[in-house]
Amino acid sequence: MTTLAPERTIQPVSTPVRRPTSRSPVATAILLVGAAYCLLPVLWVLIASSKSGAELFSTFTFSPSTHLFDNIADLSAYRGGLFWRWMANTTLYAGVGGLLSTIVSAAAGYGLAKYTFIGKQATFNVLLAGVLVPSVVLAVPQYLLLAKLGLTNTYWAVLLPSIISPYGIYLARIYAAAAVPDDLVEAARTDGAGDFLIFRSIAVPLMAPGLVTVFLFQFVAIWNNFLLPYIMLGNDQLFPLTVGLSGLLNQGASQPSLYTSVVTGSLLSIVPLVALFLTLQRYWKVDLAAGAVKS
Amino acid sequence: MSTGSRAATRRPRRSLAPYAFLAPAVLLFAAFLALPIGYAVYLSLRTVKVRGLGLGKGSREQVWAGLSNYSKALTDPDFAASVLRVAAYGVIVVPTMLGLALLFALLLDTPRARARKFSRLAIFLPYAVPAVISSLLWGFLYLPSVSPFHHVADRLGWPLPDLLSSGNVIFAVANIAVWGGVGFNMVVIYTALKAIPSEIYEAAELDGCGQIAIAWRIKVPVVLPSLIMTFVFSLIATLQVFAEPVTLRPLTNTISSTWTPLMKVYRDAFTRDDLHSAAATSVILAFATFVLSYGFLRLVQSRAFGQENR
Repeated sequence: MTTLAPERTIQPVSTPVRRPTSRSPVATAILLVGAAYCLLPVLWVLIASSKSGAELFSTFTFSPSTHLFDNIADLSAYRGGLFWRWMANTTLYAGVGGLLSTIVSAAAGYGLAKYTFIGKQATFNVLLAGVLVPSVVLAVPQYLLLAKLGLTNTYWAVLLPSIISPYGIYLARIYAAAAVPDDLVEAARTDGAGDFLIFRSIAVPLMAPGLVTVFLFQFVAIWNNFLLPYIMLGNDQLFPLTVGLSGLLNQGASQPSLYTSVVTGSLLSIVPLVALFLTLQRYWKVDLAAGAVKS
Repeated sequence: MSTGSRAATRRPRRSLAPYAFLAPAVLLFAAFLALPIGYAVYLSLRTVKVRGLGLGKGSREQVWAGLSNYSKALTDPDFAASVLRVAAYGVIVVPTMLGLALLFALLLDTPRARARKFSRLAIFLPYAVPAVISSLLWGFLYLPSVSPFHHVADRLGWPLPDLLSSGNVIFAVANIAVWGGVGFNMVVIYTALKAIPSEIYEAAELDGCGQIAIAWRIKVPVVLPSLIMTFVFSLIATLQVFAEPVTLRPLTNTISSTWTPLMKVYRDAFTRDDLHSAAATSVILAFATFVLSYGFLRLVQSRAFGQENR
């Protein structure tokens, strides 16, 4: 079909009966300005990573150079590959923490959505109030309590507090209520399936798309977290990228040659998350007020 | 697997299962939220009494301090300054960020704009960038020797003032927060907009309603619960601003070690080893956050967080 309008192929319209709307250049322009603003620092780090230490402060900001691989090699050589250790640590914290958090949230959300029991509403209210608790009030006492157990400055110090996610529980409850039909649970129960089996083989698969969102949320939150590891960890072998790069910048103040490594490290540290975002786009449907809209 | 009684399948059964499902969450909540809060309150009511020179064992002991840590924190000029600074910062960040997020979300939702998919991805991208990294990137973009803004402005003969000077640094930090948060909030609002059935717009269009009128009269009211939630979360995040100024500090001398309240908590606890002041300050902050966010939710009579009770 050669007569197919090009817009149609780019933007599949859900209701074909809709009459063609006139385009507004102003609307497009505003969106593109917003996109440019958001891409500017990312573009900069891409270009700056290709510059040598001298070029970073001398050539025009957006003129690229050819030293990207030298910079990556320098960064990789820094203290025996410490940067890659930070990358591995971050992946461990975010991956394991996110996974455990999703499991805990799924179980709690399912329990709250599909059972009636004494203290249900109170439990939910208390858990939900956790959303409003700022991490500031938790950071210092969490450090002191974990210090009493001798767990500060270990992987556990960052992992354990990252597992509980009141917001994840809230989301999981909504997904469980919406995606798991009561009839199905009842039918399985009549067939003699136990509660845990029903949860594992019926509820979890039905809740799966929502649970991916819960995982992504927590994964990004842990990946981006700074305060908790900054307080908990003293040994730079355990640092995640955020704390490691922040420290590297600090040293750069007295050792400007490190700035190139900081810039290159920044680029490398956002690559995995950007890749994750682009591949899992469809899970980024964030409905904060889902409970309110549904009624 | 529990073996529930088969006879009682009709009525909600009395079973231990829901407690088992909730146990991990409740235990972790108790250990990492409730207990630390309680401990912070306890610490804030205590103080260290030093006997003699404070040397040797037993010369330092913890005693009850009543509310003295609180009065000390509240009268500390550094604390007051940091609170005012964060209030000003919040007034800049929250409306700008949410205003832009709403604008972009509405534009993404109108068929009249082009390049919507690209823009949505591009504007959401900063959410993938940790605050520390975005502060690093913007920090370099602010430095006169690197900054493209300075470069362009110099070429045009309009040299820019130092973007990290003491008067500008609050805007510099605010810009980082807006940059990092606008995309996420946009997606939240956009998701809510997508939930509106398109027949409503078609009806409104047939009635001669323009796109802007549709946006204001139909779309904004529908996404109001989402806006309220994004407002509350932004408010909480704003009061805790920490990573951005801490990361920018090596690049400028205009950010003090008590630039934000949370930085002061960190300094008191870990540099000065004064855990009791730090605890009192963090309890005050938590209380203020709670009053502001909860008060706001009550004020707007929000049904957000009103659950799907059944």
